[in-house]
Amino acid sequence: MDAAKRPNKLFRNLNSKIASIPMILTVLVVFVGGTTWTVVHSFTNSRLLPRLDFVGLDQYERLWSSSRWMISIQNLAIYGICSLILTLVIGFALAACLDRKIRGEAVFRTIFLYPFALSFVVTGLAWQWILNPDFGMQSVIRDFGWTSFAFDPLNNPDIVMYGILIAGIWQGSGFIMVVMLAGLRGIDEDIWKAARVDGIPTWKTYVVIIIPMMRPIFVTALVLIASGIIKLYDLVVAQTNGGPGLASEVPAKYVINYMFQAQNLGQGFAASTMMLVSVIIILIPWAYLEFGGKKNG
Amino acid sequence: MKLTTKLLAATCIVSVSAASAVELEVTHWWTSGGEAAAVSKFAEAWNATGNTWLDGAIAGAGGTARPIIISRILGGDPMAATQLNHGRQSEELIEAGLMLDLTEVAEAGGWRDVVNPSSLLDSCTLDGRIYCVPVNIHSWQWLWLSHAAFEQAGIDVPTNWEEYVAAAPALEEAGILPLAMGQQSWQQSGAFGVMAIALAGEEAWRAVHVDRDEDVAGGPEYARVFESAVTARDMASGSNVQDWNQATNMVITGQAAGQIMGDWAQGEFQIAEQVAGEDYSCLPGLGEAAILDTGGDAFYFPVNSDPEVTAAQLELAALMISPEVQVAFNLAKGSLPVRGDIEMSAANACMQKGLEILADGNILPTGDMLFTPDTQTQIEELMAEFWTSSMSAEDAQSRYVSIIAAAD
Amino acid sequence: MADAALQDGPRGPKPKKSFSRANIFLYGTLLLVSIYYLLPLYVMIVTSLKGMPEIRMGNVFGPPMEITFEPWVKAWSEACTGINCDGLQRGFWNSVNILIPSLILSISIASVNGYALANWRFKGSETFFTILIIGAFIPYQTMIYPIVIILREIGLMGSLGGLVLVHAVFGMPILTLLFRNYFTSLPEELFKAARVDGAGFWGIYFRIMLPMSLPIFVVAIILQVTGIWNDFLFGVIYTRPATYPMTVQLNNIVNSVQGVREYNVNMAATLLTGIVPLVIYFASGKLFVRGIAAGAVKG
Repeated sequence: MDAAKRPNKLFRNLNSKIASIPMILTVLVVFVGGTTWTVVHSFTNSRLLPRLDFVGLDQYERLWSSSRWMISIQNLAIYGICSLILTLVIGFALAACLDRKIRGEAVFRTIFLYPFALSFVVTGLAWQWILNPDFGMQSVIRDFGWTSFAFDPLNNPDIVMYGILIAGIWQGSGFIMVVMLAGLRGIDEDIWKAARVDGIPTWKTYVVIIIPMMRPIFVTALVLIASGIIKLYDLVVAQTNGGPGLASEVPAKYVINYMFQAQNLGQGFAASTMMLVSVIIILIPWAYLEFGGKKNG
Repeated sequence: MKLTTKLLAATCIVSVSAASAVELEVTHWWTSGGEAAAVSKFAEAWNATGNTWLDGAIAGAGGTARPIIISRILGGDPMAATQLNHGRQSEELIEAGLMLDLTEVAEAGGWRDVVNPSSLLDSCTLDGRIYCVPVNIHSWQWLWLSHAAFEQAGIDVPTNWEEYVAAAPALEEAGILPLAMGQQSWQQSGAFGVMAIALAGEEAWRAVHVDRDEDVAGGPEYARVFESAVTARDMASGSNVQDWNQATNMVITGQAAGQIMGDWAQGEFQIAEQVAGEDYSCLPGLGEAAILDTGGDAFYFPVNSDPEVTAAQLELAALMISPEVQVAFNLAKGSLPVRGDIEMSAANACMQKGLEILADGNILPTGDMLFTPDTQTQIEELMAEFWTSSMSAEDAQSRYVSIIAAAD
Repeated sequence: MADAALQDGPRGPKPKKSFSRANIFLYGTLLLVSIYYLLPLYVMIVTSLKGMPEIRMGNVFGPPMEITFEPWVKAWSEACTGINCDGLQRGFWNSVNILIPSLILSISIASVNGYALANWRFKGSETFFTILIIGAFIPYQTMIYPIVIILREIGLMGSLGGLVLVHAVFGMPILTLLFRNYFTSLPEELFKAARVDGAGFWGIYFRIMLPMSLPIFVVAIILQVTGIWNDFLFGVIYTRPATYPMTVQLNNIVNSVQGVREYNVNMAATLLTGIVPLVIYFASGKLFVRGIAAGAVKG
């Protein structure tokens, strides 16, 4: 801390303030300003161009009576819940496996993590190809003799979200594994020794002792996964473009489509405001715990 | 590859010889084989004038391209020219003064007299000024049929919708998909629109689209349309392609018997070297009612601060509608020219059918001119849901009525 | 500290014998899971080396009977979007042009931010930081339109500068967090000693902090290279066709179907787009893991 006492409060620590100008501008103009602008315009009937012609809650009423929005929300809920649980489980399970003094840990870690280096566009296209009913998984299994086998998630509206889920987990779970692994490495070896001395079985040690100790890691992982889920967009565009029909529509896509394609900015802004609200609901408690509670990082 | 070389050569010559050559960036979403061939006609003609065509193709149909085009115009970084469907989509951009006024060029070129039908120019007009160049007439009302597919099933090629529906079981038995349908909402709602005009009749269609008559939309004429749509949905079950031209390709190869698609599908048949009347048939208005809607593509020219560019924009506008370019472009694209005064003898059997209907005046305005993009999006959403679920005809119709009632 | 922790050995219980049932189960599971992770990469590679006739007949998992590099050549230099048939190469160089200035700008801003937040806190600095972090989670869709307007007002819409700025802004939260945590973890005595010697804000930053923070810079670079290279949304909205980054061009090529879909070319194009981040990832090895772990797990 700058302890020197200077006459003017504003000029104290001046260099630091000057250096922080880009950050302050970003926060005020882009994050706060941009978001406020969007929220304000969600109460207008802006079409192609933004204008301040307020219509109250009309856009929101229409939003919540739109079946496409409801489908989008449901899809996001399905994707979100499955992806949250599966990513956490897979991430933790893989981390636990790798943490057991195995050979080739680095090789396995590399294999699990490389998808994270690839973009969602690449991920979507790769899985679109594997799940192609005429050439991919389905046809291969049929060629083996199981002719009635049917697994064509990208063409079947009922299960299309699971097709996207497979790709999403493939891309993101390695990252969560690394986070979990870092958490496991932070646990004192004495705890394992003590558990062994007491004769507690391994699985029970994980459930009863290790996982509760890793609570902060789980919270971080949860927040990371959740924020990714809400942003889900590129993957859907690349893999299914919302199809078949509306079966894999997601809120982020609804926003973009209404802003630019349907030329109804107000409606798009209302939808993005709803997304913002859900982010805030997830985030505020976490931010409070992480950054508000204790002052030192 | 040949084309690129040609273009490159043209570009090089230009940059050496003409110092005042202007490079114009033109955005569009014509990326299928037939479409790309058509765009290159524009590019060649423009490059031949000593200027340069900078191609800004954006893949993935209008829905992907329009956001990019619009955000660039709004963001103050406009392209020199851009494809947009004319009609209500660009009203606000014109009102905001973002589009170049083409009235002078239009008067000099006598567009009022040569453009046929004149409604095309009307939809480019706002308060008596002209803001866009119509470049072609597209009509949705076509059913494309594969001769090979019907031959394989051992039945005659149908001549109307009823016969086509009746042929479906035999086709399925022969392992042929009766109706190819791309799984994209614009295709699904387009096919519905075709059925509406052909099966509900012109009068009912006008009542819904022009007068927004809810009673007609909920009435028996439209009930028939929705029931036929259910039939079509059954015929298309098992069609899992996405893009329209992949669906067309299924018809070309005989994997599918037919497709409801606009006349741009023609370009794909042409590239595959198929002959109209021998390898494939086309039925305007599903063979039920020979009426075409007259949508089409138009080019807009965003306002630019550079006077040299503005002059070039006007020049390009005049070029696009000039007789030679119109013939070359439309033959490649499979669409009809916007000029009534040019010779289209090179057109094949299908295009001749279209030209005849056009000459008889059996035309309707297109949905783009009557509904806002907002309303159209809602109809597309309904159709996307309808085609991929087992929604009943009644449910779909009642939701359709409420969209029509809310349309502005 | 998460990044330091990864360097230590595993903490889990030691497996008893090398061929115990539990061990076979463990390795079996890992191998099985590895197949799921490796499958797409394998499929992409074999598909990209096949000719179209073979793709139509065979299955996606079979190795190519006849290896051809034609699809790679086509994807790189011949694939068409509209009448531009110059493949992905243009997008590659565009991405490089976007990447380098974005990288320099975003990392220099974020490192100074992190330094100010760690060592030179002022009234309100923590508030700004908290909002900044929350900003990392705001759906980009909320911000697209206001940014179009901001860029228009400063005259950068559609230019390279505009996109660089956007990347700097959206890279700021995570990078600032990274640098702040790192600088906080350095011994405070260093900073105090330098203050006693009379060094100022910039003096300490350049002479003491910068030389000591090479590892975190590497991590930040890795993070940003993959992030910026893989960006699609900003690239498509804030650039023009002539400057489209590679991801956008990839999407264009894959979606421009002329006749039949050429799956082999699409896969080659997909792999070409993924190569840069993959190389960075494989080459940097442990640093990458440390980087993302340090960014995610608060140190």
